[in-house]
Amino acid sequence: MKIHEHTAKDLFEAEGIAVPKRYVANTTSEAEEAALKIAGAVVVKAQILVAGRGKAGAILKANGKEETSKAARQLLGAIFRGATVSSVLVEEQLSISKEFYLGFAIERASKKAIMIASEEGGVDLEETARSRPTAILRILLDPLLGLRTYQARLAGKALNIPTPALASFIGICQRMYKIFVENDCELLESNPLALTKSSQLVALDARMVIDDNASYKHPEHGEGTEELTPRESSAKQMGLSFVELDGDVGIIGNGAGLVMATLDLVAHHGAKAANFLDVGGGAQAEQVKAAVQLIVKLPNVKVILLNIMGGITRCDEVAMGVVQAFTETGSKLPIVSRLVGTREEEGQRILSEAGIEMTKSMELAAKKAVSLLK
Amino acid sequence: MNIVAVLVNNNTRILVQGITGREGANHTRSMLQYGTKVVAGVTPGKKGAKIEGVPVFDSVQEAIDFDPKINTSVLFVPARQVEDAVYEAADSAIPLIVIITENVPVHSTIRVVDYAARKGLQIVGPNCPGVISPGLSKVGIMPGHLFSKGKVGMVSRSGTLTYEIASSLTRAGIGQSTAIGIGGDPVIGLSFMDAVQLLEDDPETEKIVIVGEIGGDAEERLAASRAKLQNRKPMVSFVAGRAAPPGRRMGHAGAIISMGSGTAEEKTKALREAGIPVADLPSEISDLLSSSESKDK
Repeated sequence: MKIHEHTAKDLFEAEGIAVPKRYVANTTSEAEEAALKIAGAVVVKAQILVAGRGKAGAILKANGKEETSKAARQLLGAIFRGATVSSVLVEEQLSISKEFYLGFAIERASKKAIMIASEEGGVDLEETARSRPTAILRILLDPLLGLRTYQARLAGKALNIPTPALASFIGICQRMYKIFVENDCELLESNPLALTKSSQLVALDARMVIDDNASYKHPEHGEGTEELTPRESSAKQMGLSFVELDGDVGIIGNGAGLVMATLDLVAHHGAKAANFLDVGGGAQAEQVKAAVQLIVKLPNVKVILLNIMGGITRCDEVAMGVVQAFTETGSKLPIVSRLVGTREEEGQRILSEAGIEMTKSMELAAKKAVSLLK
Repeated sequence: MNIVAVLVNNNTRILVQGITGREGANHTRSMLQYGTKVVAGVTPGKKGAKIEGVPVFDSVQEAIDFDPKINTSVLFVPARQVEDAVYEAADSAIPLIVIITENVPVHSTIRVVDYAARKGLQIVGPNCPGVISPGLSKVGIMPGHLFSKGKVGMVSRSGTLTYEIASSLTRAGIGQSTAIGIGGDPVIGLSFMDAVQLLEDDPETEKIVIVGEIGGDAEERLAASRAKLQNRKPMVSFVAGRAAPPGRRMGHAGAIISMGSGTAEEKTKALREAGIPVADLPSEISDLLSSSESKDK
């Protein structure tokens, strides 16, 4: 779950990390008020959850009430990379002498959190990683001990943080790590972390991504549905793992890997899936019914492909759910099914009685489903 | 640590943590039916109960006192309780801890994996189907009847896809030595590489099938390490997620193409460059296995 910049900055400030003076504005008049309070050059930043806002033109500079109002008007309601701007952050512009990168992330290979730091901030870290990998410092963090002071000090030295600001840098590293762990973040970064002309380190940007599996611990951050389509949101509430795609073969399966492989098979036969949908392990008829109803309503779907490898999932439960969904919606969409595993005879009988075609393998099912598109 | 064969065998004596829950109870029954020795269960507050004849205790230590030969714990506890449950199992020095539960917060996983490693204990999972050595023992949730005893070892990030491939091997008359479901999360205890090494060292395993998916770089790292190996066992692979869009999580927490990396293309390329055939379709695995010997040995 991605967190808005302004929320992350509030957390930074509460922890004692310096951030610019700033106000959230939902309207142009609120933006004007903010400009008056700040009284000086400002930056107007779209509060959207996509990365690369600067390049996309979602961050504008302004000076005074008129310019700020104009910038806010330009941004509010605009769409950048699919995200609609509903609020902006009006923030004081500071005189910067240097920009750094400081971040915390999870490294799969070492199974630990890492601190990432670079003397080259304010630019795309992935770009730096490609062009000058040695400019990026990665420090492995012990889960029991956390970030050690010496690790932060060495990072500061490596980044050529001026000596008067070194203690402040160490403090920022430790505070960001604290926020990272306490909020169950997958990612927490400040890019740039800026050194002002008055030798103060200030987090000019804050990016935060919370682990979806831990969102229950952080209800204050909402449900993380902002980036989802309405259908994806409702699927999430039903406990279905669902992603909307742009093809026309509706997919229902059980198990993430199997569903991904089903999408691949559809592509292999020259078509595209309309969605990814994993009903999960041990799905009951009710859940399968909800899944089918969801797919039936997808506007692009021309055929449905059901692929179940029943382990804990019972084929009879799946079949009942499918039949109920078709009965209730009255859908006439063709459906190709492959249903094997626990209670397969029973499940296959229920589907046959409802006139639903059965195939012997997932590969034949995918082929058949694609052929029905023509 | 006395683990003969790969992770599980007929000396495996299992404790089920979360035995009184729906999944815990169902899979206790299924493991017992497979012949696995499930000897005790734990659910705090449910001491004295019995699930399928298996006695339930309030704590892991009580279960160990009841049967000191317990050497594996399988966790079905809810995601929010996994971290504490693993500490409890680790503090009783259970050498193998298999976490079936999905949706475990990644910071919890980091802590428990580290804690177990410090104590020299092995975690498998979370978000995994477990480990099966067909005919010997099943520690987890896989449908045992789809597997058959044989010489092919399997390592997989995905549960149902493992069943899919195992059953196609079984139909083709190719049995399995051990199938290890390592789990679909970004951080897991037993890694792809560790799991493959166990099969590489296992005398019962002659060939290896790996089932990868998008996200992370475990397949690439495995490919790089195997490229250097001499006398390796023949290996074939499958990678799910070629049609997956970037930036979207495909069911598994770990299955996401982020910042342009972790794609199926990259993984396929890395594996092929290391001389590991990659099947285009799951059903091709058995053919690739049959033809793998001459090429690799």
